[in-house]
Amino acid sequence: MIENHLSLLLVVLPLLAAPIAAVLPNGRLPWAVSTLVSWSVVYLAAWQLMNVSTGQVISYELGGWAPPWGIEYRIDAANALVALIVSGIAALTLPYALKSVIKEIPQQQHALLYAAFMLCLTGLLGIAQTGDIFNLFVFLEISSLSSYALISLGKKRQALTAAYQYLIMGTIGATFFIIGVGLLYAMTGTLNMADLAQRLPELYEHRTIHTAFAFIMVGFALKLALFPLHVWLPNAYTYAPTVVTIFLAATATKVAVYVMLRMVFTVFSFTFIENTPADELFLLLCVMGILGMSFYAIYQKDSKRLLAYSSVAQIGYMMLGIGLGSVLGATATLVHLFNHALMKGALFMAIGALVYRVGSSRLEHLPGLGKQMPWTFAAIVIGGLSLIGVPGTAGFISKWYLVLAAIEKQNWLIVGVILIGSLLAVAYVWKIIEVLYFKATDELEHKYVTVKEAPLLMLIPMWVLVLANVYFGFNTELTVGTAEQAVKLLIPSAN
Amino acid sequence: MDMILGHYNYWMVIIIMMAGFYTVISRGNLVKKIVGLNIFQVSVFLLYISIGNVKGGATPIIETGVDLYSNPLPHVLILTAIVVGVATTALGLALVVRIKEAYGTIEEDDIHNQDQSL
Repeated sequence: MIENHLSLLLVVLPLLAAPIAAVLPNGRLPWAVSTLVSWSVVYLAAWQLMNVSTGQVISYELGGWAPPWGIEYRIDAANALVALIVSGIAALTLPYALKSVIKEIPQQQHALLYAAFMLCLTGLLGIAQTGDIFNLFVFLEISSLSSYALISLGKKRQALTAAYQYLIMGTIGATFFIIGVGLLYAMTGTLNMADLAQRLPELYEHRTIHTAFAFIMVGFALKLALFPLHVWLPNAYTYAPTVVTIFLAATATKVAVYVMLRMVFTVFSFTFIENTPADELFLLLCVMGILGMSFYAIYQKDSKRLLAYSSVAQIGYMMLGIGLGSVLGATATLVHLFNHALMKGALFMAIGALVYRVGSSRLEHLPGLGKQMPWTFAAIVIGGLSLIGVPGTAGFISKWYLVLAAIEKQNWLIVGVILIGSLLAVAYVWKIIEVLYFKATDELEHKYVTVKEAPLLMLIPMWVLVLANVYFGFNTELTVGTAEQAVKLLIPSAN
Repeated sequence: MDMILGHYNYWMVIIIMMAGFYTVISRGNLVKKIVGLNIFQVSVFLLYISIGNVKGGATPIIETGVDLYSNPLPHVLILTAIVVGVATTALGLALVVRIKEAYGTIEEDDIHNQDQSL
C-alpha cells in the first residue's frame, strides 16, 4: 500500500506537516513534528532510491489521471538521488536547528519558521519528483516563496533587503521559466516531460522552440545562481539564519542544477543544444564563475559570505559537466551535486556552531576559536579539504570525474581551470583555518577563554556530514553508481 | 499589416512584458519595483490566454452542434500562476513594510548608503 504511493507521500508528508507546525504552540513541539516528518521522508526517499537504483522507472499518476493529461510523477535514479539529498540534508539540519534557532530567532516566530521550512522541503522534493513541467513551476514557487520568508527571518536588517532582492530576481527567473513553458505548450500541446521529449525533435528547427529554450535556461540560471546571475546569493546566504543557510546552500541550488540537467538532456537533447550557442556559453560562464568567484571568496571578511562565493564557484563546476555535454560530464555533475551538498552542509554547520558561541561570523571576531572548539575546527578542516578536492574526500571524486570529462573532450582549458579553481579553494579555505587557529592574539584569547565546544546536538549532525565526506571519498558505489545509472536514463542515446 | 494586426495580442504581450521588466530594473523605489514585477507577470498571463484561443473555436462548454472549442487548459494553468503572483506580491509588500520599519526609507539608494556607512 505504502509502496504504491511512495512517490507522492514524499511530497505530501511535509506539506501536511507545515500547517500542523504552524498551529502548534511555540516551543519544542513544532520542531519535534518537523524533525519526525523529515526523518520519515528520508526513510521513504532511501526506499525509493533502492527501488529505482537498478534502472526501473516508477510512474505515479496523480489522482489516477493517465499521463500526458494528468500529472505524472516519474521517478528514475536521478530524481531519487536528488530527493535523497534534499530529504537527507533536511533530516540532519533539523536536529541541528533546535539550539541554533532558539539562539537566533525570537520565540514567537519558531512555529512559523518550522512551517516555512516544511513548505520549502515540500517544494524542493516536489521539483525532484514531478514529471510535469508546469507542476515543476508550482513547486518551484512553493520552495522559493518559503525561502524568501525564511531568509527574511535573519537577525540583521540586511536580511530583509537580501530577501527582497532574492524575491525580485527569483520571480523574474520563475516568470521566464513559465514563458518558456507556455511557448513549448503552444508548439507541442503537452506539459509532460517525457511526452515533450518525444514531440520536440521534429520541431527543433522552429524558432519558437529556440526562444522557449532560451527563456527556460535564463530562468533557471537565475535560480541556480550561475555567474553572472548570482547577485542575490551572497547576501541571502550571509544574512539568513544559520539553519536556513545550511539548508538552502545544500539543497536549493542543487535542485535547480538537477532541473537544468533534466531540461538539457531529457526534455531537449544535447544534439539540440549543440546547434545553439548555449553549450559554449555555459562553458564560458562557468570558467568565469569558477575563477572570478573563487578570487572574490579569498577577499571576503565574513566567513559565511566567503563560503557563499565559493558556492557560486562550485555551481560553475556543476554546470561545466552540463556544458561539456557528455555522459561523463553529466555523471560528474550529478556526483558533484551530491558531494557539494555534503561539504557545504558540513561547513555551514561548523560556521553556524561558531556563530552559536560568539554571535558573529565575521572573520575578525573568530581568531583563536579553533583551540576552544576543537571538534568544530576539525570539521572545518575536513570539510575544507573536501571543498578543495584532496584525495580521500568526496570532493576529490567529483573533481576527478569532471577532469576526466574535460580530458575526454580534449578541452585542456577546462582541465586547467578546474585545477586553478582548486588552488584558489586552498587559498580561501586556508584563510578561515588561519584565522581560527593561527591568528589568535592575547587579547582575544583572554576574551574567548570561556568559550566552550558547540552543544552535542549541533556536533552530531555536523560530524555525520563530515564523516560522509570522507566515506564517499572512498566508497563511490552510491554516488557514482547511482549517477551512472541515472545518466543512462537521462541521456537515452547513451545506451 | 496582417503580421501586426493579426498578432495584435502578442505584440501587446511583448510591450507590456518589456514595460514591466524595465520598471523592475530601472526604478529605485521598492514598491514601484513590485508594481513592475506585477506588470511583467500580467504579460505572461495574457500570453497564456492568447495561446488557448483556437481560431473559430467556441467557448469550451460542451454543446450539441459545436465541435471546435478553444483550449481551456492554458486558462486553468494561468489561474495557478495568478495565485502564485498574488502570493509573491503579498510577500514582497510585506518585506517592503518591514524594510521601511528597519531603514525608514524604501529607496534603494538610501538603503544602500545606510548599509555602507555602518
